[in-house]
Amino acid sequence: MGLLSDPNRRRALISMLTRLNAPICVVCYMAGVAWFMGLAFEPFTLRTYMSENAMGSTMVEERFPSGERALATAREFAAHKKKVGGMPVDWLVKTMEARGLEVFTQRFSRTLPFPDENKERYMVKGTNVYGILRAPRAPRTEALVLTAPCSPDDSNNQAVGLLLGLAHYFRNQIYWAKDIIFLVNDHDLIGMQAWLEGYHHTNTTGMDWSPLQGRGGSIQAALTLELSSDVVTSLDLVLEGLNGQLPNLDLANLFYAFCQKIGVLCTIQGKLQRNDWDSVSGYSHAVQTMMLMVMKQASGRPWGDHGLFLRYHIEAATIKGINSFRQFKTDATTIGRLLEGMYRKLNNLLERLHQSYFFYLMPSLSHFVSIGYYMPAFGLLAVILLLRALDLWVQLASPPPRSEDGMTDVEESSPGLLSVLTPLVISHLTGAALYLLPIHFQEMAVEHFPVSETEAVVLTAIAVYTAGLALPHNTHRFVSGEGTEQGWRVLKLVALLYLAVLLGCTALINFSLGFILALTLVPLAAFITPHVPKVLSAFILVILSPACTLLFSVFFFQELQEMPVSFQDGWVLYLSVISQGILDHSLYGSLVYPLISLLVYPCWLLFWNILFWK
Amino acid sequence: MAAPLTLLLIVAVTIRAVLFRSSLAELIAERVEVVSPITAWKRVVEGLALLDLGVSPYAGDVFHETPLIIYLFHFVVDYAEITFMLADVITAVALYMAVKDYNKQVFRKQKFALEADRYPHDCLELIRSPREMYYIPLKVAMFYLLNPFTILSCVAKSTCGLNNAVVAVFILTTIKGNMLLSAIFLCLATYQSIYPLTLCAPAMLYLMQRQYIPVNFRRASFWWFVVQYLFMYLGSLFVLICLSFFLLGSWDYLPSVYGFILSVPDLTPNIGLFWYFFAEMFEHFRLFFLCVFQINVFFYTIPLSIKLKEHPVFLIFMQLAVISIFKSYPTVGDIALYMAFLPVWSHLHRFLRNIFLVSCVLLACSALFPVLWHLWIYAGSANSNFYYAITLLFNVAQILLVSDYFYAFLRREHHLTYGLYLKRKDGSEATLVLK
Repeated sequence: MGLLSDPNRRRALISMLTRLNAPICVVCYMAGVAWFMGLAFEPFTLRTYMSENAMGSTMVEERFPSGERALATAREFAAHKKKVGGMPVDWLVKTMEARGLEVFTQRFSRTLPFPDENKERYMVKGTNVYGILRAPRAPRTEALVLTAPCSPDDSNNQAVGLLLGLAHYFRNQIYWAKDIIFLVNDHDLIGMQAWLEGYHHTNTTGMDWSPLQGRGGSIQAALTLELSSDVVTSLDLVLEGLNGQLPNLDLANLFYAFCQKIGVLCTIQGKLQRNDWDSVSGYSHAVQTMMLMVMKQASGRPWGDHGLFLRYHIEAATIKGINSFRQFKTDATTIGRLLEGMYRKLNNLLERLHQSYFFYLMPSLSHFVSIGYYMPAFGLLAVILLLRALDLWVQLASPPPRSEDGMTDVEESSPGLLSVLTPLVISHLTGAALYLLPIHFQEMAVEHFPVSETEAVVLTAIAVYTAGLALPHNTHRFVSGEGTEQGWRVLKLVALLYLAVLLGCTALINFSLGFILALTLVPLAAFITPHVPKVLSAFILVILSPACTLLFSVFFFQELQEMPVSFQDGWVLYLSVISQGILDHSLYGSLVYPLISLLVYPCWLLFWNILFWK
Repeated sequence: MAAPLTLLLIVAVTIRAVLFRSSLAELIAERVEVVSPITAWKRVVEGLALLDLGVSPYAGDVFHETPLIIYLFHFVVDYAEITFMLADVITAVALYMAVKDYNKQVFRKQKFALEADRYPHDCLELIRSPREMYYIPLKVAMFYLLNPFTILSCVAKSTCGLNNAVVAVFILTTIKGNMLLSAIFLCLATYQSIYPLTLCAPAMLYLMQRQYIPVNFRRASFWWFVVQYLFMYLGSLFVLICLSFFLLGSWDYLPSVYGFILSVPDLTPNIGLFWYFFAEMFEHFRLFFLCVFQINVFFYTIPLSIKLKEHPVFLIFMQLAVISIFKSYPTVGDIALYMAFLPVWSHLHRFLRNIFLVSCVLLACSALFPVLWHLWIYAGSANSNFYYAITLLFNVAQILLVSDYFYAFLRREHHLTYGLYLKRKDGSEATLVLK
C-alpha cells in the first residue's frame, strides 16, 4: 500500500508513466503480439492429458464388427432419400424401430428473415427423427447423443448408415448406464436448434416446432458425425461452437486417445500433427493451426452441428471424416470401433465433464494453451488503453499552462457534459441503425433497387456503416461552439475506458474475437488525437475499422486454409460472410453481429469523431 | 431551483416507466446483483400469496421482509411500480432538502470562522464559495435518481428502494433538527434491516451539536440527551415490534427476518463478501466467523465516531458506505445511496488520490459481473471463483473509495487548522504521508 499512500513514490511512478508513455505502449503492443505468436511454440505449450478419472483409467474393448453392413444401410438410405427427394422419414422410423429403439419424430418450420444464398433456403420445413436406446443398467436420468445431419445433397449418407449400424450394435450390449439418443436432424443447424429447444422446453428464437414425444435423461455429451465416403484417410475434430464456446478439453483428449489406440490419423483444423517443432516450417505449421482455430472461434458461429449443444451446457464435438489422396485408408468398421470406444468411456462418466479446461487454444491435437497462458497476450494489449487513459487523466487533472496574456479561459477548464454526451448518443444511435435497418428495410430496398433480398440486407448494412463516417460533421452541427482542447481529451478518456471494458468483456467470453479486435483497435485508440495529419490518420482509421478487419480476416482465413482467393472472389465471400453473420444472429442467437454493431462500431466512431474534432 | 428538480424528477420517472414496460424488467429482476433474498420482489409476492391463504408468510422460508412491508403491499400491490418510483422520488427529494440545509449550515459556520479569523491565511483557496455550493443539492438528487444502480434496483422492484427512502427521510429529519422524527425514522430503518442501528451515533452527535451540548462524558446534559434520544428510539422500536406481532399474531418474523440477516443461511451469490466464505467454510467454524463478519459492520462506528465527532454528516456518509460494503446481503441499491453523497464532498477532489483507479475498477467490475455470471451459470465454462474474484475487487475498490474520501476530508481539516503550505522545521516544503 506504500505505493498508494506515499505521495512521493506515487508522483515518481506517475511521472515515469506519463513521460515514458509512448515507448511503454509500443513495447506492450509488441510484447503482446510476440507473446501471442509464442503460444504456438511447442515448448511453451502443455501436453494434453486426461483429467477425468472415470474416463482415464478404465479400459474398454471395442468390438463393433459390422462396418460393411452399415455401408449397405447407407446405400439403402441414399436410395430412399433420392426417391423421397428429402429426408426419408418413414424409412428411418421403420429402420430404427427394427433396430429396437423407441423412435419419435419432430416437425419444425422456420422462415428465415431473408433468403440464405449459401444454402439456398428461405422457408424451411423439415422433420427430425430420433431413437432412444433406454439404459438397461441405470435409472435413465442421463443421456448421450449421437447425431448425423441429413443433408439435401448426396453427402453424409455414410454417417447415417454408421449411426444406424451403431444403434443396432449398441442395442445388444448390456452395459449402458445412460440413455443413448440417435438423432438424424434435417436442415443441419436449424433442425438441431429445433430439436434442442424442444428437448429443453425453451424457445429463444421464435421457431415453430412440434413438442417432443419422448425424452431421455439430461444430456451429458454429444457427438456429431459427418462422413461422406466409404473409406476415410483421416478424422478431423471440430470444436468451435456458438459464440466461440468450446467443449471441455477432455472430450478432445478422449478423441485423441482413441485415435492413438486404434491407429487412425487424426487432425484438427484439417492439419496433421508434426513432430519437427524446432524447425521453422514445423513452427509455422503450428501457428497456422492455432490461427485457424482463432479465426473460427472469433467468427462466433457454430462450425459443426455440435455447436448448439454447448449453449445447453452439453459437451459436444463434431467428428468429420476426410478422404484425401493419402495411401493409408480407414474403413467404416474402424470408425465404428472408435465411436464405440468413445461412447463406452462417456458411459462411465459419474459427473459432467468438468475436470479439464474450457478455455484453451490448440496449436496441435496433442498440445494446448490454457487461459492462464494466453490471457497475458490480451492483457498486454489492454493495458495500453489504461496507460493512455492515465496519461490523459494526468493531463486533465494538472492545471492547463497559462497562455501568454496570463488568462485562462474559464470555459476551457470545464468542458460541457453536452460535448461528450452528444457524440456518445449519436454514435450509439448509428450503431442501433446498423443493427436494425438492414433487416427491416430489405423490402423497401428490393422494391427500389435491382438487388436480391440478401444483397439488399448486406448492402444496407454497408451503406449504414459508411454513412456513419459522416458523423463528426453532424455532431458539430448539434453542438455549436464546442470542441475545446479539454473537450476531446474528456471524450477520448471516456472512449478509451469504454473500449477497455468492452474488449475485456469480449475477451472473457470469446478470447479470439477480443484479441483480434484489440489487435486492430488498440493502436488506433492509442495514437488518435485531433492534431495528427488528418488524411493519413483517417485512412489508417478506416483500414483498422471493424469492417475492414473482417475483410482482411476473410482473406487471411482463405490463405490459412491454403485456398487463396482473388480479390473479386474475396469480396463476394466477404458479402456472404456478412449475411451469414446476420443470419446466425437471428437464427441461433450468435452475439457477434449485435456486439459489433451496437458496441464496437459506436466505440470506433468515437475515435473517428475525435480525429475530426474542431 | 424547483424547476430543475422537477425536470429531473420527470426524466427519472420517465426512464423508470419506460424500463418497467420493456422486456428488460424481467431480466433485471432476476439479477443477483440487483436483488437479494431479502429484497427480491418475487419473494414479496410469494409472501403476499401465503398471507392471502391465511398462512404465515414466513412459513415457507422464502419471504424474509418485515411484516410492515408485506402489509404495505397488501394494500398497494396493484400499484407496486408507482410505489417504487415514489420511493425513489422521496429519497431524492429528502436528500435534496437535507443537503441544501446542510450546505447552509456549513456556509454559516465557515462565515463565523472567517469572521473570527480562525483560518490560516494561505487557506483561502480551500474556502467554499456559495456559487459552487449552489448546485450541489441538485447534483445529489441527480446522482441518486440517474445512477444506473438506482434505476436497476427500482426496475427490479427491490425493496431496497424503500429502505433507502426511510434512511433518506431519517437524514432529512436529523439535519432539520427534529429529534423525535429522527428517532422514529431511524427506528424504522433499523426495523427494516438492523444495520442502520449504527447511524444512531452520528444522529446523536449531530443533534447535540445543533443544541450546543458538548460531547463530554462528565456533563449531565450529555447523558440526559443520550437517554432522551435512546428512550425515543427504543420506545418506537418497541412499538413497531409489538405492532408487527399484533399484525401477524406470532413472533415468526423475528427469526425469519433478523435471524436471516444475522446468521446468513442463504448463500446465493451476490456482490457482498459473505456467500463465498461461508460456502467454503467448515461447519464448526461458522459461528465464529459469522461473529467476526457481523462485528465488522458495527465495529467501525466507535473509531469513526471518535475521529469525526465534529462532522456528523460526513460520519453518516461513512457509516452508510461501511454498511453497504459489509452487510450480509448487499445489493447495488445500497451502494447507490451512499454514492448519492459524493457531490456533497466535491470540494475534497483536490485531495483525492486514487479516484481514477477506483472509478476504473468500479466501472470494469460492474460490466464484468453479468459477463462472469453468464460464463459461470449459463456457459458453464467458468466457475464461482471467477465471479467471486470480481466481487472481491469490487469491494476493495469501494473500500479504497471510502478511505480515500476519509483521508481527503481529514486532510482538508488539517490544512484548515495548520495552513495549506506546510513547512518543515528547517523551512523546506513538507508533504503529508499517511502511514
